[in-house]
Amino acid sequence: MTGPPGSATSAAPGARPSPALDIARQVRAGSISAVEVVDRYLAAIDALDGELHAFVTVLHDAARHEGEVIDRRVAAGEDPGPLAGVPVALKDNMCTRGIPTTCSSRILDGWCPPYDATVVQRLRAAGAIVIGKTNLDEFAMGSSTENSAFGPTRNPHDPTRVPGGSSGGSAAAVAAGLAPLALGSDTGGSIRQPAALCGVVGMKPTYGTVSRYGLVAFASSLDQIGPFTTTVTESAVLFDVIGGQDLMDSTCLERPVPRTVAALADGVEGLRVGVVSELVNDVDAEVGARVDQAAEALAAAGAHVEACSIPELRHGLPAYYIVAPAEASSNLSRYDGVRYGLRVEADTAEAMNAATRAAGFGPEVKRRIMLGTYALSAGYYDAYYGQAQKVRTLIIDALALAYQRFDVLLGATTPTTAFAIGAKVDDPWSMYLSDVCTVPSNLAGHPAITVPFGADDSGLPVGVQVLAPALGEPVMFQVAAVLEGRAPVLAPPRVHA
Amino acid sequence: MSGLTRDDAAYVARLARIDLTDDELDLYAVQLAAVIGHAAEIAALDTDGVEPTAHPLPLRNVTRPDVVRPSLDRAEVLAQAPAVEDGRFRVPRILGEAL
Repeated sequence: MTGPPGSATSAAPGARPSPALDIARQVRAGSISAVEVVDRYLAAIDALDGELHAFVTVLHDAARHEGEVIDRRVAAGEDPGPLAGVPVALKDNMCTRGIPTTCSSRILDGWCPPYDATVVQRLRAAGAIVIGKTNLDEFAMGSSTENSAFGPTRNPHDPTRVPGGSSGGSAAAVAAGLAPLALGSDTGGSIRQPAALCGVVGMKPTYGTVSRYGLVAFASSLDQIGPFTTTVTESAVLFDVIGGQDLMDSTCLERPVPRTVAALADGVEGLRVGVVSELVNDVDAEVGARVDQAAEALAAAGAHVEACSIPELRHGLPAYYIVAPAEASSNLSRYDGVRYGLRVEADTAEAMNAATRAAGFGPEVKRRIMLGTYALSAGYYDAYYGQAQKVRTLIIDALALAYQRFDVLLGATTPTTAFAIGAKVDDPWSMYLSDVCTVPSNLAGHPAITVPFGADDSGLPVGVQVLAPALGEPVMFQVAAVLEGRAPVLAPPRVHA
Repeated sequence: MSGLTRDDAAYVARLARIDLTDDELDLYAVQLAAVIGHAAEIAALDTDGVEPTAHPLPLRNVTRPDVVRPSLDRAEVLAQAPAVEDGRFRVPRILGEAL
């Protein structure tokens, strides 16, 4: 199969190909039609997704129709926007009007939302085309995409391994060239962890910069939508498109969201980078070695790089696995068989609720609801949930102190590279450990990005993570761009369009 | 927290409105205890005087002008429901449930 359109054209010398930006440039110039772009990505999905299972729903007809609209606008002399004609894959926990939105759960069987998520509206306003909905761990609970009612997604670099999760479908789709861009959601690492395991760029924005209207809620004080891309530049462009205040989400920041694309070329000369020992010491040696190499690359580019320790980060994982299930147990109470999705009939309302939830939820979702309900129940609330909330404050204060000394922090994104399908499904805590390097940013509401930085000895991708303080996206992208430019070459995935 | 019994798990499942089988109750009793055991790592921390964080942002209530705006179409919303009657969601009986 030939590559997607624009995959090797018109990039600046030395820069990585940016498929999305190349497509937008050509569609706006009228040198390629949006329909042609859509058709070639649909053909790639049809050819390869049987093996990868990145998609839950592929929008053959709707995407072609959107392409025709874009082409008509270009022909009429209009500019459809910075993402003109660019196909985008959406994690299937973002609402799309009239299009099934499953959260990879049986309990939402047959549900078609009556409205579009704000991010979907913003993508369309920028000229992008929704090409499909991607697989996830049910309700975004998991780190491997194995907790999907529709079966697992496979890693394009090695289909016997997981793509990470919970946004594994979006990560695999971008890695395999089945979509130039994708959106995911990140509650404890669900964008960054799969991006690292699949060798793509994944970014969690500052809490409140991207509207959550139409994102099916998991843990509302932690959830944030963000981009999956091939390059850092595309990540910044996509963030600038989806970010900004939204009156439909009262937790959106009222302050303007920083524009990030302008910062990309600024370099790291004089920037202070802290390499966090808690995000390096406990990870696999091959992953830790890549973080060290990334730190050296930043030093060689003129940054002041120094090791640091933030011991409070060690408390992040246990605090997260109280706070997130507690919020989830409350949020998921809405799946009661009354207003949408599955209903299992019974004589009374309560029996109907309980039978519906038993049949509709998978094992991990039940486990998290049980855990959260327990942590919030009388007699345990202060000991678990209350204490976890205080630990959250300790982590925020410790990070604030670190950011007095450093502009950004550097660490691993994941403790390991992609693991085998089935390896961790019977031991929840071993699976939860996949999130150990990513949860601190969610607890603090801070932005963080993972950039592919070479591979382990088996050729599996390694990601390094750049963390920044709230609204520090410009400096975060600045550092990420330098890392990308100095990263060891990563071989293309085994499964790729 | 060293262990959870099946009865403990059954109590939590009732609060969460999920019918779990005995096998599920036994499994979750063990797995919940394991995760709670890790949470105990933070239970021992000295947090006297530390304010809890419920949310990462300093939030205040957001209001909009009190003007009528279009809302979701009722028929379109009800079309998604498992059971509907007279323009409303229909549910099994709520009052007089067996106790």
